[in-house]
Amino acid sequence: MSSATASRRIRSGDGQWRGPTRPYDIAKEFVIALVVVSLLSIGLAALFSSPDEKAITLREWATNAPNDFSATVAAELAGTSGTATYGAPYVDVADAGQKIGPVNLQKWAGVRIPVDSAKQFVVDPLTAVSGDGETKDALAAWTAAPTDQQQGWASAYADAIAAAPDGDPAQAEAGDYGPVPVLTASMLSAAQRGGLDGPVALGGLFYQTDYTTSVLFLADGTYLEDKAVEQHLGGGQWGMMNETGSYPGQAWLWLYSFWYQIKPFNDEENTYGANADALIWAIMMLLTLGFVFIPFIPGVRDLPRWIPVHRLVWKRYYAQQEGTRVRR
Amino acid sequence: MTAIAPDPTVPAADPDSEQWTAKLRNRFFGTLPPEKLLPDRQPSYVTSWIYVFGVLTIAALVVIVASGIVLAFEGPQWYHVSGVGHFVNSLHLWSVELFFFFMVVHLWGKFWMAAWRGRRAMTWISGAIAFLASIGTAFTGYLVQTNFDSQWISAEARDGLNSVGIGAWFNVLNVGQMLLAHVAALPLIVGIIVVWHVLLVRHRGVVPPFGAEHLETADVEEARS
Repeated sequence: MSSATASRRIRSGDGQWRGPTRPYDIAKEFVIALVVVSLLSIGLAALFSSPDEKAITLREWATNAPNDFSATVAAELAGTSGTATYGAPYVDVADAGQKIGPVNLQKWAGVRIPVDSAKQFVVDPLTAVSGDGETKDALAAWTAAPTDQQQGWASAYADAIAAAPDGDPAQAEAGDYGPVPVLTASMLSAAQRGGLDGPVALGGLFYQTDYTTSVLFLADGTYLEDKAVEQHLGGGQWGMMNETGSYPGQAWLWLYSFWYQIKPFNDEENTYGANADALIWAIMMLLTLGFVFIPFIPGVRDLPRWIPVHRLVWKRYYAQQEGTRVRR
Repeated sequence: MTAIAPDPTVPAADPDSEQWTAKLRNRFFGTLPPEKLLPDRQPSYVTSWIYVFGVLTIAALVVIVASGIVLAFEGPQWYHVSGVGHFVNSLHLWSVELFFFFMVVHLWGKFWMAAWRGRRAMTWISGAIAFLASIGTAFTGYLVQTNFDSQWISAEARDGLNSVGIGAWFNVLNVGQMLLAHVAALPLIVGIIVVWHVLLVRHRGVVPPFGAEHLETADVEEARS
């Protein structure tokens, strides 16, 4: 290399500090930190314990909220439940799915976890547990009927239950509901006896690790949400970062949770509210990228220089520097 | 033919220097010699309590992993019903809360120090990614508790994940999938990122105070003028 055409540029950053140093035992520091944190964790666990509210069973749901349970069963049969109308990834529904502008990522992902809610949540479990002739006849009548007829019966019954006092099926107006009232009553009765938790969750299998159908069915009713709202876990209650009881939850999700509390995202009547989940995801991904790449964002990366919090961190260093200057 | 005797004044080339293993070793220990990997001195400005929060975060991670291994080994049929199991579950919860508290304080401290200065951008980025991966790991932990929390959080979270297409592959209602993510895949990812982050800190050193950058000289680059 020709010395006449080259220059040397010095950049900092290999950790070669040329200034004064002091002894620092990082191995000892780690051991002390581990002991302190272990004792703190043990102390907090002993003092405050932890929340562990039992999972809701279908038996509990059917016993404590029978009308909600029956309405959900009727909606599953009618194809009007939350799951039946959800869209991807469970069912193929035209125009379903949230959008970010014109982009419908939900629909693009496709129906990868297909769910037939009438069959998987009602007909199959009931077939597995039904013993009485009336239920068997109702199942046979349902299975033999064409789809339009099935939906006509179930929709009419779902409407009748919704119009009944307290949503009580026993007080629903008489009508042509086919086998749906029997199927609904049999489901309620089987669930109250505790006979449905297995068939719905296991789907006829012995081993199981996937509880998609159970949770989808449970979430189609209002019982789960009502219990969550009682515990301040609702989406509009900062629920994402809350925990059952008075325990700290996922406080680190505060910013994600924040968007659900404000307009236009907390109003499902407008486009932004209807697509809130997707839009908030997009906002959070942008903010996340910004967070990761702070070192390259002019203005943000300069804040620590402009707002001298660092003078607290390096108080002693700056005091020594000023002392040296004064002595000079 | 007459053999030419090697010149004793010229150092013999290392016959193994082309080996991948030798190259890897030379690269690693060239970048991180033992005195950098485990230093016994630090710059004199490293005196604030804020510097302790990085090591506290790692210590909390150790407690999380230890208590998590016991929980995963014994299973929900143990920690839902036994007193000891519930205590270990509580230990896991509180070490997670401490972990995030320490990590957030550490992050804010590093932000106000502008700790990315002096070619340390990757140190910041690796720390930020560790924070995000930890959020994902904690989230899957809530899903595999197999209690009311798990039911509600999975029912709610599926909407967010499904809305952007992720839920089609990452199914929060599938306990088996979430358990694999929580006890194996994500902790491994967090562990690797944390090791990467710590090695970067050791390699680049602790960022100097504003105005002291000139006391830290390093990579001398030849640049044509």
